[in-house]
Amino acid sequence: MEEFLKFDHVSKRFGKIQAVKEVSLSIKKGEFFSLLGPSGCGKTTLLRILAGFEHPDQGRVFLDGQDITDLPPNQRKVNTVFQNYALFPHLTVWHNIAFGLQVAHRPKKEINEEVQRMLELIQMESQADYKPHQISGGQKQRVAIARALINKPRVLLLDEPLAALDLKLRQRLLMELDLIHDEVGLTFLYVTHDQGEAMSISDHIAVMNQGTIEQLGSPVEIYEAPCSSFVAAFIGDTNFFEGKVKDIINQDYSRIEIEDFSDVVCFNDKQLTPGHPVYLSIRPEKFRISRQPPEMQHNLNVVPARVEEVIYLGSHTKYWVRVNGYRLEINQQHSRFFLDEKPILWEEEIWISWMADDGFMLDRYSEVDENLIPAPPEEMGEDLNGKPGNDTGKQNQLQRNQPGGSNQ
Amino acid sequence: MNRMRQNKIDEWLVTSPSLIWLLVFFLVPTIIVFIIAFKPADPYGGFGTGWTLDNFRAFENTNFPLMLWRTIWLSLVTTMICIFLSVPTAYQLTRISPRWRKLLLLMIVIPFWTSFLVRIFAWKTILHPEGLIKKILVFLNLASPETSLLYSSGAVLLVMVYTFLPFSILPIYAAAEKFDFRLLEAARDLGARSLQAFFRIFIPNISRGILTAVLMVFIPALGSYVIPDIIGGPDSEMLGNKIAQRTFVDRNLPQASWLSAVLILALLIPMILNLYLRSRRLGKHSLLKEGR
Repeated sequence: MEEFLKFDHVSKRFGKIQAVKEVSLSIKKGEFFSLLGPSGCGKTTLLRILAGFEHPDQGRVFLDGQDITDLPPNQRKVNTVFQNYALFPHLTVWHNIAFGLQVAHRPKKEINEEVQRMLELIQMESQADYKPHQISGGQKQRVAIARALINKPRVLLLDEPLAALDLKLRQRLLMELDLIHDEVGLTFLYVTHDQGEAMSISDHIAVMNQGTIEQLGSPVEIYEAPCSSFVAAFIGDTNFFEGKVKDIINQDYSRIEIEDFSDVVCFNDKQLTPGHPVYLSIRPEKFRISRQPPEMQHNLNVVPARVEEVIYLGSHTKYWVRVNGYRLEINQQHSRFFLDEKPILWEEEIWISWMADDGFMLDRYSEVDENLIPAPPEEMGEDLNGKPGNDTGKQNQLQRNQPGGSNQ
Repeated sequence: MNRMRQNKIDEWLVTSPSLIWLLVFFLVPTIIVFIIAFKPADPYGGFGTGWTLDNFRAFENTNFPLMLWRTIWLSLVTTMICIFLSVPTAYQLTRISPRWRKLLLLMIVIPFWTSFLVRIFAWKTILHPEGLIKKILVFLNLASPETSLLYSSGAVLLVMVYTFLPFSILPIYAAAEKFDFRLLEAARDLGARSLQAFFRIFIPNISRGILTAVLMVFIPALGSYVIPDIIGGPDSEMLGNKIAQRTFVDRNLPQASWLSAVLILALLIPMILNLYLRSRRLGKHSLLKEGR
């Protein structure tokens, strides 16, 4: 399909900070597209450039073939749902929604009909006469969405629309947002720092870091094949290994030597030659844990380990296991639960195994702020024990990957 | 039940100091002024016993309704000019960098460090026939050498605006500072032009500040007497001058009280009406809610 919205080499600098660096990006019509990244990565600046609140230092922005770079915000067929709602406090819900049509001096009858339609869409007909301070956070968010949609924008921009809400409400509104997207069939550009939100709702995601796009792809691509250590660490949890290519086994697989760990077989899609340094990332749920060494099969890596920490999380159990210098995070789903099976507990000597295809090599180790990576394996254990609040967030983001055991 | 009563008592305890203050220093003197207005004058500058409506005769003098009208008119125009100048000033003050803002706010407040009277006399010098402004105007052929800048309603208006401008800038600035400027972005985003956003979103949201500014300017403007006395001429006299004249020159306290009472009523009636209309529009307890 043809590109609908296009950023062409867009750059923006604020004083000493390069907020957006040469970003080129194309978004298809009707897509739910997310810009995902930590705060300060430039995603909001990109959104504000599209909305017209910032002018890029370089580059152009195109909407449906038209260059909109120099248009003022009120002449762009895009509307924004702001992070802090930005509802007009002196106006009722009804007048907030009607604002866009009123400033355009549309006929009264049309305004009445359209506002009524929007109130029905967000199911707030009975609160039409309330002022913003009289309605709840979730309702405010819905009003903000209706207010933006009534102008029939070409693209709806959502700037961290759920950040101010609590977890339960966030999940519900996320589903509502998805329904609205299906219903109105608009292009949505969603800015968030919450990878869970972005993964569950988007057609495509651009992961941003330090003003550039690290990776662009579908949620599955970004999770299963991150192109950099930053993406791997920012999207979900992962275990990192640093090593170098030892030898080439065949066309597809190489053996990698990891100091203080063991040699492992890995899918070599990057065609690296022996001696080349690599970073290897393996997701926690890709490992299998067993008391007996698993049957040897082709391309299966098997390593002995010792359990240091066990956290039972209902749908799965999280293990922290020690292999020489490495402390690994492993998730085991309880796919088969036998009452007579003795669960693996602390201090047990066990075997971990994973398929060569489940580990992936990373192109580069991007310069990332250490705080952005959930936590280096060494410190993770204490962190989880010390802060139970952290735990629930993590648990949630992990549940997303396991549809079987969530939302009870 | 008991707890509610306790709360009521607490509320009274907290509010009573300001309530007593207002009673003793505002309500009682006002009532005294109203009472004296109905007392006969005595030759020694005090007032006699008994009651009379004689003081009302002062208004038979055609000069007085005219003067009352001029007082209200001058005050209204002063207020309007002050608000008109203050809103954009306050808007800009919130938009500039904090360093500039501090400096400019200081410059607005600095005149207060000089005595009010000194500043008025300074204006007299500035507007003097031999003064700088007059000379420039004559030089530019904008005024003939015979016209007098001083002793006119225009001069009084100018100095009144100068005097009361800070009183309208500061409350409007305080309101504008609390204004969430992202709302203007939201309005622009929804298709409003800059001016539309300004009038539909900015102005309504600082309306309380504007209302405060109106009262802060209009009330003292109505009662001003030094400015018309020093800057104004015989045809720009205001009610304040008459009250002073009746009190100090004529030593007729009851008539002065009468004039004051008229001035107070001219203020109180619109204020009470405004309060009543607002409370009816917003329903019960609305004044409490608005305070948030």
